[in-house]
Amino acid sequence: MGIVELQSSMKTTADTTGSLLRELVSHLGQNRTQLREEWVRRITEARLLTAMTREEIFAEATSVYDSYVEALETRTLEALEAYAQSLSERIIPRGVETHEVVGIVLLLRDVLARSLFAKYHTDSTLLSRVLDAYEPAANQIATTVAVGFVRERERVIREQQEAIRELSTPVLQVRERLLILPIIGLIDPHRARQLTEQLLRGIRANRAKVVVIDITGVAAMDANVANHLVLTVESARLLGARVIVTGLSPEIAQTLVNIGVDLGKMHTVGDLQGGIEEAERALGYKVVPLPMNGEPEA
Amino acid sequence: MQVPILKQGPFLIATIQSALTDADIVELRDALVDQVGRYRARGVIIDVTSLDVLDSFATGTLRDVAQMVRLRGAETVIVGIQPDVAFAMVHMGLSLEGVTTTLDLEEGLAYLTRGSKVAPGR
Repeated sequence: MGIVELQSSMKTTADTTGSLLRELVSHLGQNRTQLREEWVRRITEARLLTAMTREEIFAEATSVYDSYVEALETRTLEALEAYAQSLSERIIPRGVETHEVVGIVLLLRDVLARSLFAKYHTDSTLLSRVLDAYEPAANQIATTVAVGFVRERERVIREQQEAIRELSTPVLQVRERLLILPIIGLIDPHRARQLTEQLLRGIRANRAKVVVIDITGVAAMDANVANHLVLTVESARLLGARVIVTGLSPEIAQTLVNIGVDLGKMHTVGDLQGGIEEAERALGYKVVPLPMNGEPEA
Repeated sequence: MQVPILKQGPFLIATIQSALTDADIVELRDALVDQVGRYRARGVIIDVTSLDVLDSFATGTLRDVAQMVRLRGAETVIVGIQPDVAFAMVHMGLSLEGVTTTLDLEEGLAYLTRGSKVAPGR
């Protein structure tokens, strides 16, 4: 997409653009050391990339500079895209922010533009033509790097969200054939679906007969999610498990009544303790305190 | 494809092994209801473990079987509904109300023999 745009934007301008860009590239190649140092100096001045040492900045700057010139020269963004991706992978874990990445790319653009001004300021017609050739390509490159960075960040965020979701719905066995499913926090439709899946799988894997779903930690749920909860209870029944729901807040109780849940199908108990006691009774367990004779036992 | 009905002590066990047509299900229903009387069975177990879909006709017929068998003096347990199938059924409003369901054949037999402490799925 980016490559096509870059190429087409260049084709629309006259053929001279090609030769101008070549001249530009050779100019940037000749002044590589000086421009690169100037760029690193500006980065440090602007207090960007503070998470990295000066040497690291210099090393990255060199790679970015070379990729940048290469992208101008070959007029393809593939190598730069790949580099932007690997750069993002390296620097995101170190806490580099979006504004820093965008900032350094724009700084490089500025540094190079200034060097072009310095070189061509005597000939304003040529200068304007050089800028015509340089600007679209430079903008395209800046966009590519920024988009690459943001994309990588989003990927990381998505992964973390997935991990949080996985962690957020544990299915725990507290006794032979008795599962507990504590739910804490907001339940959105996605999480509700995942919850159902894990519960049904848990019932099969642990051969559960009774499941206690504790929703003390859920402040409220909308009608959709409440409906989903009812469906989950029904599905568990089809697998031969009985579900006890505990810890309903007044708001959730109201929601359930409002959507007209058949309370004959849904067994609820006030709190988790009551739920577990009820489940134990149903499974035929009887919990009795040990008699204390003399020394209290551990 | 015909569903084999095995006699195991006082129980009849019908294991559905592949997807059934509506006619097959009706045939199974008639056979079960007939054999309950003939063998004086106390319970009927229908194993649907290998089914990956249970449509409204099948569900309705299974419920009919349970009710007819009850009228003939025995009890029915549906065993082995898969998690995905269970959720799909409930989503479509097919919840086998009034029919006992258990996790698998073993559970179903245990329920019928001892009369489980937990009435599963009740």
